[in-house]
Amino acid sequence: MAGLALLGLSVGAAPPAGAAGGTVSLVAYSTPKPAYSVLISAFDETAAGSGVTFTQSFGPSGTQATSVTQGLPADVVNFSLAPDMNKLVSAGLVASTWGSGPTKGIVTDSIVSFVVRPGNPKHIKTWADLVKPGVQVITPNPFSSGSAKWNLMAAYGAQLALHKTKAQALAYLTQLLQHTVAQPSSASTALQTFLGGQGDVLLDYEDDAIYAQNQNQPVSIVTPPETILIENPIAVTTKAADPTAAKAFVKFLLSTEGQTLWAEQGYRPVLPSVAARFDFPTPKKLFTIDGLGGWTSVNTAFFDPTTGKVAAIEQSLGQATSG
Amino acid sequence: MTELALRTTPRRTPHRRRTPGERASALVTGGWGPTLAVTYLSLLVILPVAAVVTNAFSGGWHAFWLAVTQPQALAALKLTLVCSVLVAVVNSVAGLAIAWVLVRDDFAGQRLVSAIIDLPFALPTIVAGLTLLTLYGPNGPFRVNVAGTRIGIVLALAFVTLPFCVRTVQPVLAELDKETEEAAASLGASHAGVLRRIVLPSIAPAMLAGAGLAFARAIGEFGSVVLISSNLPFKTEVASSYIYNLSQSNDLPGASAVSVVLIALALVLLLGIGALRRQFNVTEAA
Repeated sequence: MAGLALLGLSVGAAPPAGAAGGTVSLVAYSTPKPAYSVLISAFDETAAGSGVTFTQSFGPSGTQATSVTQGLPADVVNFSLAPDMNKLVSAGLVASTWGSGPTKGIVTDSIVSFVVRPGNPKHIKTWADLVKPGVQVITPNPFSSGSAKWNLMAAYGAQLALHKTKAQALAYLTQLLQHTVAQPSSASTALQTFLGGQGDVLLDYEDDAIYAQNQNQPVSIVTPPETILIENPIAVTTKAADPTAAKAFVKFLLSTEGQTLWAEQGYRPVLPSVAARFDFPTPKKLFTIDGLGGWTSVNTAFFDPTTGKVAAIEQSLGQATSG
Repeated sequence: MTELALRTTPRRTPHRRRTPGERASALVTGGWGPTLAVTYLSLLVILPVAAVVTNAFSGGWHAFWLAVTQPQALAALKLTLVCSVLVAVVNSVAGLAIAWVLVRDDFAGQRLVSAIIDLPFALPTIVAGLTLLTLYGPNGPFRVNVAGTRIGIVLALAFVTLPFCVRTVQPVLAELDKETEEAAASLGASHAGVLRRIVLPSIAPAMLAGAGLAFARAIGEFGSVVLISSNLPFKTEVASSYIYNLSQSNDLPGASAVSVVLIALALVLLLGIGALRRQFNVTEAA
């Protein structure tokens, strides 16, 4: 790799002033893989990015975070949700201040959307429609998938936004899981399962749904009237082999140009100036995870595999039907 | 796990004597053979298994017990055990039938069929899962939908374990003395009688070995099962998937604890099968 880079430098035209070359190891969750291929090519065209080579690793957000703590080399990390970033903070691999800065450590936004069959034959428009008799829902397993956690918190938060009590919101989650016919291990296998013919509605990242649509998959996207704002964190690690190149790359991802490319790939830009130029659907009520108590407390309260509220619901449903 | 199981796979028919060549092998490796084998086995199998066990008990006995007696864990373990046993039995019979056809019959494309048997080993399991879902899911061409059912789980497990059940029986069948069968038949033994008295006792150890391998593989299988099973907790969630979820939820000790149960199940079964096979060899030699 180093040999190739050297060759490139000596044979090719001299890089523009300020170009440092170098290598960036990118470790990210799985959905932005196609977007990164576009963004990396664009970065390589810039002055700061010329001569920079990349190694890329994509996979389930939680797995990727664990791999990095176990020694997978990473200069730039991009996860689905903040708790995965905090795993790296605990391991001393990311500064605890990653969430400061103009975008609060967030590189892209998205929302939880409904993916339905073309033409929406079951007329699914609201959260209430998901728990009508005969409607089958697919959402990934919340204990293995970051996407599923966003989905369930969107469902829960939507009930609160509709002025329901916390108990009513939990009861809704129970109903929703009762209507769930498959809990695939990740967002991407969930989409495969849905495209394989199972279910009437898939809860999914809006960006993933847009990508599927751009790939000419037979899906329609419905924006729920109330939904959660998904915020995907990014950081340069403390062990970055080449901090200059890594920081330059993140800076590019957050620039007007970078954010425009993200938006073209279906992600909601974090820069208001760029967002204004795109026409993403506006839900009536958009809430954040912080409004529900923040990821740290939500993760323990809802998604602890033994003591969490969601584990308790799964258990009550399982024992009611299999007992 | 597989390494351990493979040692029980017959390389030769049970009653054959050690050849002089085999006795000479100890001389060739200068007595280092066992050391090398154990070192290799330690690095690849014993050490990782020991690490899993250590992890499982990192919180003490109580934590281990709590983890493996979680209702969801018990449901997943029970489902896995039942499906794996079923698959081992079904594939032992199907594997014998296929091996029989491959060894005893002569038909066009026999070599191709023989080569195809091993394909489940080569196919990445997640692709296998996707393919099974496409064929036998809601939009499948056969209008059978086994997605989200236990039949779907058994189907996926049967797919990935079939090669074990064919490949263990096939060489033994090939070496089987056809003349004994013919003699028995000429003395008036029925078709079923020949099969029961002559063929089955000779190939039973191989069939058992195949069933053991299929079982051990089935209880740990993940990729091919997760898609078609729909992965619903308490209903169609297999143990490997439950373990995956725990590992993703940062509960490595819990994930290791349930894994230890799987390893123990496999070990008990493989040891039991080994004992049964020795039993067969003894009665045969007598």
